[in-house]
Amino acid sequence: MSAGGRRRKTEERFKRVLEHEYMPKAEVIPKEEVKEILKQLNAKMFQLPWIRSSDPLARAIGARPGNVIRIIRKSDTAGEFITYRFVVPG
Amino acid sequence: MAETKSMGPQEDLNNVLVQLAKILPPRIIDDLRNRLSNMEITKEQLANLTRILVNEYYKMLIDPGEAIGIVTAQSVGEPSTQMILRSFHFAGLREFSMALGLPRMIELVDARRKPSIPMMMIYLDEEHRKDPNKAQEVAYKVQLTTIENVTKSVEIDYINSQIIIEIDKNELNQRGLSMEDVRKVVERIKGKGARVEIEDNVIRVTLEEADIIKLRRVRDKIMQTRLAGIKNVKKSLVRYSERDGEWIIETEGTNLEAVLTIDGVDYRRTISNDIHEVAEVLGVEAARTVIMRELKKVLDQQGLDTDLRHLMLVSDVMTWTGKVRQVGRHGVVSEKESPLARAAFEVTVKNLVEASIKGEFENFRGVVESVLAGKYIPIGTGIVQLLMEFE
Repeated sequence: MSAGGRRRKTEERFKRVLEHEYMPKAEVIPKEEVKEILKQLNAKMFQLPWIRSSDPLARAIGARPGNVIRIIRKSDTAGEFITYRFVVPG
Repeated sequence: MAETKSMGPQEDLNNVLVQLAKILPPRIIDDLRNRLSNMEITKEQLANLTRILVNEYYKMLIDPGEAIGIVTAQSVGEPSTQMILRSFHFAGLREFSMALGLPRMIELVDARRKPSIPMMMIYLDEEHRKDPNKAQEVAYKVQLTTIENVTKSVEIDYINSQIIIEIDKNELNQRGLSMEDVRKVVERIKGKGARVEIEDNVIRVTLEEADIIKLRRVRDKIMQTRLAGIKNVKKSLVRYSERDGEWIIETEGTNLEAVLTIDGVDYRRTISNDIHEVAEVLGVEAARTVIMRELKKVLDQQGLDTDLRHLMLVSDVMTWTGKVRQVGRHGVVSEKESPLARAAFEVTVKNLVEASIKGEFENFRGVVESVLAGKYIPIGTGIVQLLMEFE
């Protein structure tokens, strides 16, 4: 019983974490689109900034190692900024 | 241009803004919309304006090959020579220390495990943020309370081998606790063969084996037991924030994970100044934001004006690999590709020996190694390479 309670508490905390102001919006990019984006940036996949698959943000959107995710940050200078991160194991 | 006036300038403006949004960042678009909303403008003027705007925007962009890292190092390094060297001061009426100046800056870029003065800013939900008393209620829930905090006096009766604890009821009520809470905690930790008696606000713990050392040990253990609050949060202070126009709680000591689940806390805005903790609880992206904001805060406090974009670059580099790493020997520099660049930074011999054991290869692609070898550096015009076509 107590294990279930603890799990529920962890889930609740996780949900709260995702609503945090400092948590940017993010999504997993489909494979075909990744190619286009990499071409546009003139970069290889591993040259993007990384994010660990254990990261709360990556877990929230179900990103797996090898994926590329799009992050829409709130920026103090540009208002909103789109960046990409490559999901690595860990 | 009689036709253009009849087209509806507002509609026109919106069309142009949508087109511009593909090129310019949202901040500029919003600015433009606000400024043009109460202005009469012809189509011709609008076209002119957008042309100038886009032109200026592209002029402001950093050129390929610009040494932004060096510019950042200078822009952060120079102001830091003017910062105070002392690590903290006591601010306000109720001695509350905060790290600032150069030591805090070094702490941040070194990505130390624990900040010298870990702090949290706890924002409150709508029910609690308007009223200082209600905010204080939450503050007591957060702050670690041991039995010692609510005790008026402790005595040891060596003859009857008794520990006599007199509880301060005012203190207890203020923290929203009752004698029953205290009794439960004491019962749990008193050990075998001991009896607990409660008489109004006096707790007597009688031990069976009379031993001076044991009595003292049990007393200390009881005193340090947690009654309420969160581990690691040593102090909490309710403060009116002028900037936000509401009551907030500042704490000394951090435990972000636990605080987010407390009722009454606005878990959307509450934040810690411990970057590793934030990285663990909220992820790298949040840690990036915290590094940037903390650096900015230090500089602002010292009255120094460094462009935020430099600090963005620093925090971007620090969180590049998905983990927070320091700017230095154990972090950013240690992951450089070039063995010569690593050796040129710190601990030269060790780096060279290790590189040769592993059989590393030097490509001379970076700045440091190119300077060492007397080559052109890949910066500015040096980044351009020419291909010649032989006929």
